[in-house]
Amino acid sequence: MLAYIVRRLLYAIPILIGVNLLTFALFFVVNTPDDMARMQLGVKRVTPEAIQKWKAERGYDKPLLWNSQAPGAGALTDTIFFDKSARMFVGDFGRAEDGRDIALEIKGRMLPSLAVQLPNFILGLFVTIIFALTLAFFRATAFDFWGVVLCVVMMSISSLFYIIGGQYLVSKVWRLVPISGFGEGLDAWRFLVLPVVVGVISGIGSSTRLYRTIFLEEVGKDYIRTARAKGLPETVVFLRHLLRNALIPILTGVVVVIPSLFMGALITESFFGIPGLGSYTIDAIKAQDFAVVRSMVFIGAVLYIIGLILTDISYSIADPRIRLK
Amino acid sequence: MPFQIVILWSDVLVWLLVAACLGFGFVITRTEHLLAAWRRVGKSRIGMAAATVLMVFGVIGLLDSLHYRLRLEGEADKPTVYSIEVLSVLDTVASPVRTRNEKTYSAPFATRLYAKETIDLPGGGQTRGYPRLKYGGAHLGGDEARLPADVARKAAMGFVLAVLTWCGMAALVTMGVGKREGVGRSEAWRRIWQGETHFSWNALLMTAGGLMALILPLLSLAGYYHVFGTDKVGQDVLYQVLKSVRTGLIIGLVTTLVMLPVAVLMGIVAGYFRGWVDDLIQYIYTVLSSIPGVLLIAAAVLMMQVVIDTHPEWFATAAERADLRLLALCFILGITSWTSLCRLLRGETLKLRELEYIQAAQAFGVSSWRIILRHILPNLMHIVVITLVMDFSGLVLAEAVLSYIDIGVDPNTISFGTMINNARLELGREPVVWWSLAAAFAAMLMLVLAANLFADVVRDAFDPRAV
Amino acid sequence: MNSPLLRVTDLRLGFAAGRQTLLAVDGISFEVGAGETFALLGESGCGKSATAQGIMRLLPAAGRIVGGSVELAGRELLSLPEADMRSVRGARMAMIFQEPATSLNPVLTVGQQIGEVLARHRHLTGEPARQRMLELLRQVGIADPDRRLTEYPFQLSGGMKQRVMIAIALAGEPDLLIADEPTTALDVTVQAQILDLLVRLQTERGMGMLLITHDLGVVARVAHRVGVMYAGELVEVAPREAFFTNPRHPYTRALFAALPEVSRRGGALTTIPGQVPSLDHMPAGCRFADRCRYVTPLSRDHSPPWRMLSDGHKVRCFYEGGMAEEAPHGETVLPPLAADTAPILDVRDLKVHFPIRRGILQRTVGHVKAVDGVSLSLSPGRTLALVGESGCGKTTVGKAILQLIQPTGGQVKLNGSELVGMPAGRLQGMRRHLQMVFQDPFASLNPRLRVGEIIAEGMAALGVVAGGRERAAAVAILLEQVGLPAEAVGRYPHEFSGGQRQRIAIARALAVQPEVLVCDEPTSALDVSVQAQILNLLKSLQESLGVAYLFITHNFAVVEYLAHEVAVMYLGRIVERGSADEVLRSPKHPYTRALLSAVPQPRLEGQGPVIKLGGETPSPANPPAGCHFHPRCPNVMEVCRSVWPASTQHGATQTVACHLYK
Repeated sequence: MLAYIVRRLLYAIPILIGVNLLTFALFFVVNTPDDMARMQLGVKRVTPEAIQKWKAERGYDKPLLWNSQAPGAGALTDTIFFDKSARMFVGDFGRAEDGRDIALEIKGRMLPSLAVQLPNFILGLFVTIIFALTLAFFRATAFDFWGVVLCVVMMSISSLFYIIGGQYLVSKVWRLVPISGFGEGLDAWRFLVLPVVVGVISGIGSSTRLYRTIFLEEVGKDYIRTARAKGLPETVVFLRHLLRNALIPILTGVVVVIPSLFMGALITESFFGIPGLGSYTIDAIKAQDFAVVRSMVFIGAVLYIIGLILTDISYSIADPRIRLK
Repeated sequence: MPFQIVILWSDVLVWLLVAACLGFGFVITRTEHLLAAWRRVGKSRIGMAAATVLMVFGVIGLLDSLHYRLRLEGEADKPTVYSIEVLSVLDTVASPVRTRNEKTYSAPFATRLYAKETIDLPGGGQTRGYPRLKYGGAHLGGDEARLPADVARKAAMGFVLAVLTWCGMAALVTMGVGKREGVGRSEAWRRIWQGETHFSWNALLMTAGGLMALILPLLSLAGYYHVFGTDKVGQDVLYQVLKSVRTGLIIGLVTTLVMLPVAVLMGIVAGYFRGWVDDLIQYIYTVLSSIPGVLLIAAAVLMMQVVIDTHPEWFATAAERADLRLLALCFILGITSWTSLCRLLRGETLKLRELEYIQAAQAFGVSSWRIILRHILPNLMHIVVITLVMDFSGLVLAEAVLSYIDIGVDPNTISFGTMINNARLELGREPVVWWSLAAAFAAMLMLVLAANLFADVVRDAFDPRAV
Repeated sequence: MNSPLLRVTDLRLGFAAGRQTLLAVDGISFEVGAGETFALLGESGCGKSATAQGIMRLLPAAGRIVGGSVELAGRELLSLPEADMRSVRGARMAMIFQEPATSLNPVLTVGQQIGEVLARHRHLTGEPARQRMLELLRQVGIADPDRRLTEYPFQLSGGMKQRVMIAIALAGEPDLLIADEPTTALDVTVQAQILDLLVRLQTERGMGMLLITHDLGVVARVAHRVGVMYAGELVEVAPREAFFTNPRHPYTRALFAALPEVSRRGGALTTIPGQVPSLDHMPAGCRFADRCRYVTPLSRDHSPPWRMLSDGHKVRCFYEGGMAEEAPHGETVLPPLAADTAPILDVRDLKVHFPIRRGILQRTVGHVKAVDGVSLSLSPGRTLALVGESGCGKTTVGKAILQLIQPTGGQVKLNGSELVGMPAGRLQGMRRHLQMVFQDPFASLNPRLRVGEIIAEGMAALGVVAGGRERAAAVAILLEQVGLPAEAVGRYPHEFSGGQRQRIAIARALAVQPEVLVCDEPTSALDVSVQAQILNLLKSLQESLGVAYLFITHNFAVVEYLAHEVAVMYLGRIVERGSADEVLRSPKHPYTRALLSAVPQPRLEGQGPVIKLGGETPSPANPPAGCHFHPRCPNVMEVCRSVWPASTQHGATQTVACHLYK
């Protein structure tokens, strides 16, 4: 088991290197720093001097991969790749366009993101699993049919609609909670209720349908028939036998996103004015702040890979066939 | 010629897609298991109802994919000059709603603007008030009180037209069914409505009836009123909805099509050959899928924007630039979304290659590529078809979100995303400007819901376990 | 007279298909007394499993109980509310299923799964429940029950899982046990253990048992009374003696006649023409009429009533005349093997090892020795049967001979050419001499290709017949050879039954005119009557084409009927081989003897004592030292634990690898 986790961790290294190389290629090879400078400066102010100055301020005036002028190891380290990409491995993300340290900014914004995402995640999982279990329990009845119809309709509605509609109705018409913003400490709950509720509702449709399919697949299995042949009530069959087994495929999709909860929800945070990583990313994209986007790509990949490893671990907890091998 | 045909890259792909569908249709008629699966789709009432709705969207999208530029009136001795504006057949058909722009917002069926302005009184002097619209309800003249009656009358006329058209259509279908099954018309009629036909004509007729009852009154009104209102620059919202359809369809279809060959090839090759090829392909898709989708798209779109902005000389018209950007978005979405299909196909291929008929072929020394083509690919087709239809709705929804973050289509391209994005800013206004948003969401819901329902039916029909 | 334990009257069960309900069981009536075993016998699709599930009211979602009555000890079950039915299930009657591997919940321990029955029906929890569980596990013959209670199903072997299933069934102390094909998924030596266990438990507890099976041998070993089902109806009910001495329904007789046995060697097996009618096309009269040799216009139009023959023996058939002897075949002499014939296929010391990788760096820490030094030789036109239980490596041998799996070592010589390590180009040329027929006729044909394309594939790939027209003609001839209609060319595999599909697979292999055909359990997925058709076909093809068969099987009846020579395999090695006569008549190796004695014989006499083998086949990843068989061997000696025995010669052809014979 331990060897397995160590192996997975080792396997993560080449993946991260791949991610790093890919982002490097995307940000520095597809377009040269000169292109970016021209774009950032705007057409009117483009002069060779302005471009040079722009590049120098951001450290983009070095060679990409190999600095033939630098002495010794500097040939490798005194390059854009080393400065901007390789150093991300040690948590050095450089500075944003506004001159702030990105790493510091990220640290400060993780908590607000988590404050929205964690309750959203837990509540959403709880609601959808219960709903899906109920649908599977009443399978092939009118309740199941209309439940599925409701799910399909709900998943056909744009997530933007849930947000805009929620804000309009709850905050503007009913004036129950503030429309957007974020507070310090416990006061934050007033700002969190709406984004969490909207997040849960917008996720119900697709997740419920997926889980219902998983449950129905398990319902047809032989061990369920055995459980019924024992004379167990249907509720026991579902909660004790079916749920435990169905949890294994459900875990695949669920555990992997847990680390990524830190990344925040892009749209939600932006709409509700929550100062998390999601809105940070969006602002960076809108302002074309390449350094921030690059950093978020890397962090996102790291969190995803951690999620993959967690998935493996959670499998082995849920499934004795893996745990005991 | 009074016009010059313009072939945008996306048009090429759209019509290629149509050709591919026709080709695929031909293959289907000759391949029994595919035909059987599509017959199951045809038998499903929900499936046919959804397909009817999708067909309407499809026709709108196709009309919008035939582009041309009008010749500008000029002196005879000068070289012909074509308008900078690229139009489509849909634009021409919808020119009443396209050209009749108001000054700014107006509510659906309004005769006056939504904002107060200073109006010059005919007798001199000025007053603050809601000015009369240039086009909306202009035929009423000063008699604005007649509006409800006029709307009702025109809607009723449209409805009557819809009923008549529907009756004609139903008669045609009945005759066709009667001929095909060799029964009389009344018997054919009974069979259609009892659901005893092999094809769900009843669902098709019902949906078509519903759609016509909705669309024809709207159309008969659209010439006189802004049925969905107008937006900030006074453009008719109905026109925007119509234009958004093509964008949605392209994003939903072309994206899948772009990634399909890569995903299928890589998935099968990885699963069949195993070894280092498998390791390499797995590595590639793990790397790609470990970057959160939105961020990868954002990064790629940002870079694409830089490329486009630094090479203005590549594009003759704004339409071409917007078009290329749309296609680039499709490619980027495709690159980021092929990994899941690839993984799925790899897993299936791994299972298939252990099957005995593959081993039987290997025992004959059949070459690997031939085994892949003859034995593996046909047995994976259902997954490909299911993916194609299942991904569509997700992509249409994703477009709206991406456009909101400014990494979607070109701001000048009309799409559901840009409509929502523009209208969202006006929600804070008092009173609320709701129609743009409502129209975009409603149209999108219709498209996506139909696509989702259709996808469900297709999945059930193609899933080998379900048979 | 006491009322019987279980009385089923006119039970009718159906499956919803679209708007209609297709009857799978159409009015069957029978009784099971306390302490009695009633066997419900029939081929696949006859409705026997549906009957069992209907009695438990555990039909799958599409299943419907259409009518009739089921009484358990005088209490009507079909009208019970579901809540009351639950207190019957597991307590008054319990059920065990065919697939022990999937019937146990994979994420709950053995203790949890038995414990919930005790809690539900016996109100036992905590330590008393634990004691009871240990007792139950001991009763079903599980050693070390303490440890097993905390284990998960995947840690148990197949036979052990079925024992746990039985323990679960017994936990509620039922009056009636329904066993649905309880040994079909198990090896023959394990089957013998489980059948013994069931018989013992039943006598000890005086339970009634309803046994669902397709195997006449199993019936002979455990049943007191037998009911034969055909197409949803009971056609004959008889006490055990009458059933085996005087079966009266033409279908029952045909089932017996279709069994391959040594006494039928040389002759063709009796087959039942046609197929079981499908649920939506049931004949109006006797359902067997279309396939019956005694069919009359009366039986075509009218369903025959029950006719009493003797006490407890009744049959549903109009025909009362005498029955022709179904299989009058004497033992014909097999063509003698010319001693100087060089073997066409010569396998020497074949090894297939799969690496086991572990640890951080996935280093190879050991090998699964699936095949570990197998030598065989096959002469032209002869049949060599490779016999063994599941997991012994026999299928791997077949695939390694065809070079579908790369052998780790050894030689495979075909007509004197060495195939192992032969370059792909030259190997291509050899492939037409060597072909394979696979086990599962549903997985061995590509569902997306037409039959004509399937059969022509080999011809095209190997260039045997060039040109489309010649190939089409060749396909037509092949179809005729394997007994399929010519119009099959344009149809898809799913339109054919299992037996017909296996014919297509045989035609595909024969298309390149091979001299050697490796048949990997070609009949194990088929019903007895269909198996007879395929065996007849293989036999006649051998006579007309002179093909040599390497016949991989676990079924001794098939071996007896078909094989000239036999090789018995255990855990990757051959323990005994020789001519079929010598090996089957005077088996030397203890494993061969145990295997032969464990095969249930479908007759009253000849139920010799079963040589009991303890435990089950160990994993080939970690075979026992010395003789692989020693942990299970009844004749184990000290030397067996450390030294693999050398082969010794006995009689004309027989060689045995056992320390008993020096």
